[in-house]
Amino acid sequence: MLFVPVTLCMVVVVATIKSVSFYTQNDGQRLIYTPFPEDTDTVAQRALNSILNATIMITVIIVMTLVLVLLYKYRCYKVIQGWLFLSSLLLLFFFSYIYLKEVFKTYNVAMDYFTLAVIIWNFGVVGMMCIHWKGPLRLQQAYLIMISALMALVFIKYLPEWTAWLILAVISVYDLLAVLCPKGPLRILVETAQERNEPIFPALIYSSTMVWLVNMADTDRPKRNSTEAASPQQETQQAVASPAPSSPSQDDGGFTPSWVSQQEHQLGPLQTTEETRREIQQLPSARPPVEDDDEERGVKLGLGDFIFYSMLVGKASAAASGDWNTTLACFVAILIGLCLTLLLLAIFKKALPALPISIFFGLVFYFATDNLVRPFMDKLALHQFYI
Amino acid sequence: MTASVFFGCTFIAFGPAIALFLFTIAREPLRVIFLIAGAFFWLVSLLLSSLVWFISVQISNKESAVQQKGLLIFGVVLSVLLQETFRFAYYKLLKKANEGLLALSQEETMPISIRQLAYVSGLGFGFMSGAFSVVNILADSVGPGTVGIHGDSQHYFLSSAFMTMAIILLHMFWGVVFFDACEKQRWWAVAAVIISHLVVSCLTFQNPEYVTSLVPTYVILFLMGIWAFYTAGGSFRNLKLCLTCKDKDFLLANHRPR
Repeated sequence: MLFVPVTLCMVVVVATIKSVSFYTQNDGQRLIYTPFPEDTDTVAQRALNSILNATIMITVIIVMTLVLVLLYKYRCYKVIQGWLFLSSLLLLFFFSYIYLKEVFKTYNVAMDYFTLAVIIWNFGVVGMMCIHWKGPLRLQQAYLIMISALMALVFIKYLPEWTAWLILAVISVYDLLAVLCPKGPLRILVETAQERNEPIFPALIYSSTMVWLVNMADTDRPKRNSTEAASPQQETQQAVASPAPSSPSQDDGGFTPSWVSQQEHQLGPLQTTEETRREIQQLPSARPPVEDDDEERGVKLGLGDFIFYSMLVGKASAAASGDWNTTLACFVAILIGLCLTLLLLAIFKKALPALPISIFFGLVFYFATDNLVRPFMDKLALHQFYI
Repeated sequence: MTASVFFGCTFIAFGPAIALFLFTIAREPLRVIFLIAGAFFWLVSLLLSSLVWFISVQISNKESAVQQKGLLIFGVVLSVLLQETFRFAYYKLLKKANEGLLALSQEETMPISIRQLAYVSGLGFGFMSGAFSVVNILADSVGPGTVGIHGDSQHYFLSSAFMTMAIILLHMFWGVVFFDACEKQRWWAVAAVIISHLVVSCLTFQNPEYVTSLVPTYVILFLMGIWAFYTAGGSFRNLKLCLTCKDKDFLLANHRPR
């Protein structure tokens, strides 16, 4: 089930790399996170520079993750929301504008600024709505795939060769440590979210299913939502802070606590009288809770995983001289890694890092295919021998 | 060259395989997983055989063309043997995994039968083998150029596409026959699969005389197809019922709820 989105993301990245030359050109520009250049005189200097670049990048990522976890722990939801809002704004408007511009340049399409502005405006606004608020599931999934692909393309363009491979290796080790170690930041994040019975931010996670608790034909559910929303209203008069346990975290569609309380503000208290509250609380709650239904339980994969998978495959198709064989090999390796990770998930039933196995297989197969298989297959194709 | 040759050769090479995938495998995630695992096993076998070939080339005389060709032939034979070894290894892994899956899912029957696994894994091997053989050639066919301008055969792309289709379908048939032979401990059938794979690969040594390589390959394809059909439980009667849409079991099983 996760194969289709991962494959789609990779296909978008590879198709862009192969057709739009902008993302493989070296303009000499670098990100501020990777200040050391890689076009140096000696191999040793290049290796040193790439190690330094990778160290800086990883440090930045670790610091950002720690800041995020701290903000989450101390319930500064507004800051996190604002941060996510700004970054998805940047991706959906600015990066997609650049992408569209380069695609038009490649295919020599004449386009005026007015039409472009209308297109980008619509794309961006619908994207912001789908990701941060409500939208059809497929559209939200499509937008998440698109922003992952855009981010991966940015990384492919601006990270120099050796730095990129080193970063991939180091980040999968970091992912392993951050999710599995008891003090790891990502583990703390997941556990805190589960304790508070909240979803993790929808802008960061791709989920394969979603259950909408409001506007469903099933009449019990909205009342269940409002029952739980009514109780914190009794407890506290604060505007934002108390999280409404609106649903088990697996099935929530991104109904962050601030959204719920905002609804209460705008629509008035959802339950006004003692009697109706008592009546509703006496409704039989013997229905099987949604999370036990296997078909509705979805698998979630972080967007960072999408980004790094696509970055690996994109780099393989950009840099490898064996072209499509290497790309295919990395693609299969990543999918197998994902299979194994999902298998482990089914066995252990807790949050697992999705990067290490896939990236490890991907890297091994990239270097092995590029250096060993490519000359063999080239010679075979030359003589038209088939194995 | 360009688009027409590209699309034509792509559909010739991958058409049957993609049709099989779409109609029988795409809807079931479990089958897709086993297909990709089969592709992975083929890839690992290729990696090992290229490693051995690479090492042998490094320690050999790089000037002598005859020696290089000899090493290449050795590489092909080794690759075929390794592919069949990995097919056997995949069979063993699937047997173990089936027991594990049974224990995990707490059901009484296996969610996927060993025959379906044979078909899916054979197709996985075939997809990967075909893709690695032909994708670079297809990518080259999109661009401008003249085929065989230096006196080589003009039918390079077309023959590659037909050969690839044959190889993909052959891998699928070999998978079915191989797994069934392993189940029933019929080692002569396993040997026959290995020998036919070797024969098909060695026939390609005669390229670019395409008549002598393609025609026998298609004969072997046809024969293996019939053998796989009978191995999978098909019979003339089944075929007649299926083609005249009178096979009640098939119709019932494929009835999709509205």
